[in-house]
Amino acid sequence: MQEAPHGAAAGVKQRSAEIGVGLFTLLLGAIVIYGSSKVGIGWGSDGPEAGFFPFYVGLFIAVCSLINLFSALREDPDAICSEWSQIRQVLKVLIPTAIYCLLVEPLGIYVPSIILIAVFMKWLGHYRWPITAAIAIGVPAAFYFVFEKWFLIPLPKGPVEALLGL
Amino acid sequence: MKHLHAFGLGVAAALGLSAMTLQPAAAWEPTKPVEFIVPAGTGGGADQMARTLQGIIAKHSLMPTQLIVINKSGGAGGEGFLDVKNSKANPHKIVITLSNLFTTPLATGIPFNWKDLTPVAMLALDEFVLWVNAEKPYKTAQEYVEAIKAAPDGQFKMGGTGSKQEDQIITVALEKAIGKKLTYIPYKGGGEVAVQLVGGHIDSSVNNPIEAVSQWRGEKVRPLCVFDDKQLTYTDKIVGDLSWSSIPTCKSAGIDVEYLMLRGIFMPPGVSKEQVAYFVDLFKKVRETPEWQQLMKDGAFNQTFMAGDEFKTWVEGAEKTHKGLMQEAGFLAAN
Amino acid sequence: MFDNFINLWHGFAIAGDPFNILLMVVGILLGVIIGVLPGLGGANGVAILLPLTFSMSPTSAIILLSCIYWGALFGGAITSVLFNIPGEPWSVATTFDGHPMARQGKAGEALTAAFTSSFVGAFVAIIMITLVAPLVAAFALKFGPAEKFAVYFLAFCSFIGMSKEPPTKTIVSMMIGFALAAVGLDMVTGQLRLTFGFEELLNGFDFLIAVIGLFGIGEILLTMEEGLEFRGKAAKIDAKVVLRTWATLPRYWATSIRSCIIGCWMGITPAGATPASFMAYGIAKRVSKNGKNFGNGEIEGVVAPETAAHAAGTSALLPMLALGVPGSPTAAVLLGGLLIWGLQPGPMLFVEQKEFVWGLIASMYLGNVVGLLVVLTTVPLFAAILRIPFSIIAPVILVICAIGAYTVNNNVFDVVMMLVFGIAGYAMKKTGYPLAPLVLAIVLGDSAEEAFRQSLLSSGGSISVFWANPLVSTIMGLGILALVWPLISNAMSRLRVAQPA
Repeated sequence: MQEAPHGAAAGVKQRSAEIGVGLFTLLLGAIVIYGSSKVGIGWGSDGPEAGFFPFYVGLFIAVCSLINLFSALREDPDAICSEWSQIRQVLKVLIPTAIYCLLVEPLGIYVPSIILIAVFMKWLGHYRWPITAAIAIGVPAAFYFVFEKWFLIPLPKGPVEALLGL
Repeated sequence: MKHLHAFGLGVAAALGLSAMTLQPAAAWEPTKPVEFIVPAGTGGGADQMARTLQGIIAKHSLMPTQLIVINKSGGAGGEGFLDVKNSKANPHKIVITLSNLFTTPLATGIPFNWKDLTPVAMLALDEFVLWVNAEKPYKTAQEYVEAIKAAPDGQFKMGGTGSKQEDQIITVALEKAIGKKLTYIPYKGGGEVAVQLVGGHIDSSVNNPIEAVSQWRGEKVRPLCVFDDKQLTYTDKIVGDLSWSSIPTCKSAGIDVEYLMLRGIFMPPGVSKEQVAYFVDLFKKVRETPEWQQLMKDGAFNQTFMAGDEFKTWVEGAEKTHKGLMQEAGFLAAN
Repeated sequence: MFDNFINLWHGFAIAGDPFNILLMVVGILLGVIIGVLPGLGGANGVAILLPLTFSMSPTSAIILLSCIYWGALFGGAITSVLFNIPGEPWSVATTFDGHPMARQGKAGEALTAAFTSSFVGAFVAIIMITLVAPLVAAFALKFGPAEKFAVYFLAFCSFIGMSKEPPTKTIVSMMIGFALAAVGLDMVTGQLRLTFGFEELLNGFDFLIAVIGLFGIGEILLTMEEGLEFRGKAAKIDAKVVLRTWATLPRYWATSIRSCIIGCWMGITPAGATPASFMAYGIAKRVSKNGKNFGNGEIEGVVAPETAAHAAGTSALLPMLALGVPGSPTAAVLLGGLLIWGLQPGPMLFVEQKEFVWGLIASMYLGNVVGLLVVLTTVPLFAAILRIPFSIIAPVILVICAIGAYTVNNNVFDVVMMLVFGIAGYAMKKTGYPLAPLVLAIVLGDSAEEAFRQSLLSSGGSISVFWANPLVSTIMGLGILALVWPLISNAMSRLRVAQPA
């Protein structure tokens, strides 16, 4: 874990990030405790019930999250976790990836893959169209052959593939 | 998108997809690879049978396209059945079933029923045998039952595959028949159960013949009786003079328990009669191959074949039986 | 014993047939491809080629299929080192130091070390199989649920307590792993738990999806944050890297021997390759004088887990042949193949099918040598992948990750899960939560809980089953020792400092 530089630039505070993660794990712990209490958390005649382990696991998560939250509150309020420019960089990848993952359901895997590679190369890499198109189409095509033709593993397909009769 | 289109056509040409173009013949044939869903993990009885079928069909070119085995074992197989249920009218998907076709929805409340699927054919019925470790003194089922009766409740340990599934159902029926409790220990797969029995970590198991036959041939385990109303028919020698046919029925040993497990094929709902007929015909051809005969012999399967209404009636009956057995054992889901 | 050697010699004659050697090369190459693409598990490759092998003799067929298995084992290390994406569970520990090495421009060294260690581990395990096969099979039978739980316990204890992060963060991370592992069907009672009625959660959280997200996607996000390039871009790549790395490897002989022992032992007790790799890494980190630098690209941190994982993966084939219990999905498919050829794995296989068994063992020797030669020639090639600009390689990695996540359960929902894990991995890295305990808990949590509850079922609920016999008590004792070892070694070093005079 590298130390964030102090006060150099504006960005997400380390403290806020830690508090955010702490709250998230606390919520997770609560969900686990609730879920396991529904299937029985006792110690039956022949050993623990289905919810026994998850219950204590959830309890551990919740308790340790509280400790983490507490220590996060005492942290240096000015330390920076990531600068805004860095966050922007991350979002540049994260947003297209998120859209990509959501598009796999309706469109299958091939069309979104072509778009994803093209967007990356054009937008982030500033490549010219011919090479962009060649790689954006060539790579998914190669995967098509390896998976579907060679190893007979069907990958998700959408309306475009149906239209082409693949 | 222009590139894309060109690419698609190129691929189609390169693959010689012309071979897949529709024939003018009236009978239906698959035009794409057929997905063969196995609602259980790799290596189990259903998976072995599915992969053998895949091998046989590929080797004898019984189908114009390929058969692809896909394991969907989540939620005691519920994941696989839901997938088939949700692929309405897709003729390129079949599923092999085991008893979890009935037990999973009853025990877990996962929302499906065999009526959500289209029955195709029964391939065979799998037998269950009561096994003990060969070093133990029990030579017959009667001797073993006497030993259980003489001991306190729960002292004898029965190992089996999964929880609230066929092995445990048989165990509960066995407990009822002899009036003593056993301790049931669930394991992931039948092979593991057989090894635990050889290692002496459990006292007995109700493995399918194919799961324990190799340990029997090594004289590590001993079959006591078979949970069927008649003795098995396979007479090939396995250990010394013993063959599958020399195992007595449990009923003759005073344990009135019978159980057979369905190995059948189903399709998604809404497929046409021609499509079902194609697969019935396909499996009829499979049954003629020497490889299938060998599998039947190795696993001492009951080779009953059924299709159509006969099969449907059988499944209806089996569902009732399972519901009754599971209700008695208290295995039904709370909701 | 002497019989074994005659049989083995016979086996070499069969496996050394030119056609069979050709099959080995083909198998290894296919296996490497399978290992590199996370969506193609070894099980897929073996299953799909299985029908093709029916026309061959069983010995040739098993040589082809087992070489795919070796190739996949070798190949799994490649993506771990290059992209921080472990294709197989047992490659996770390889990423800890392998990927930092790649980022420092030492991908060639890391890959050479990984391949060579795999070879050493597998080779030692094969020698063990040759010499003591019958004993080993008998030993494996001693492992009931209690003994299995003890082995998992030992694996955990020897790995945890080694991170620099605050203990509460380590605990949260590990416990989240356990919680994720618990989702789905409870094997012991047959109840669904923590699924909240979502059909997507029936299968629980698969290890591979979590790892692809946490490590693979998380890594890409971190790389983006630090600027667009992989730092390894400027790496000089030449063919001599293999020889140079080999010259340094004998230095780690102690780590190698230790990892071989851990691996063989974990492979026979059916705990498997994944705990073996974690355990070997954890112990090497504690014992080695470079231990403090583990995690920053220490070559010893690649040697330890790779050696152990392959020793375990190889020795696990023995219980499969002798007892008929597959140690992995790939092994399960191989087992199905054996049955189709009319070979029944089990106690009689070694007696009735001598030619086949010793042909297989001989092919393990040859297959590994062939495999090592094949993969080493690919080292410069794979190391060169890091020269591809990030804006091309990043989306391709993302696509590979998505395909990998999908193919685990053939479920589109898993692709979305992978993304969620990726964001979680990034956030955890940024806030100092260690990822390794989470991964170890997902891998072992389920099996450990299952073994624990099976033991209690058979003991009627009494905890004393975990020290009921010498074997289980010894393993549990070792585990407790491993847990408190940091305290002991701390105390000892303080003593040493206290009395230097």
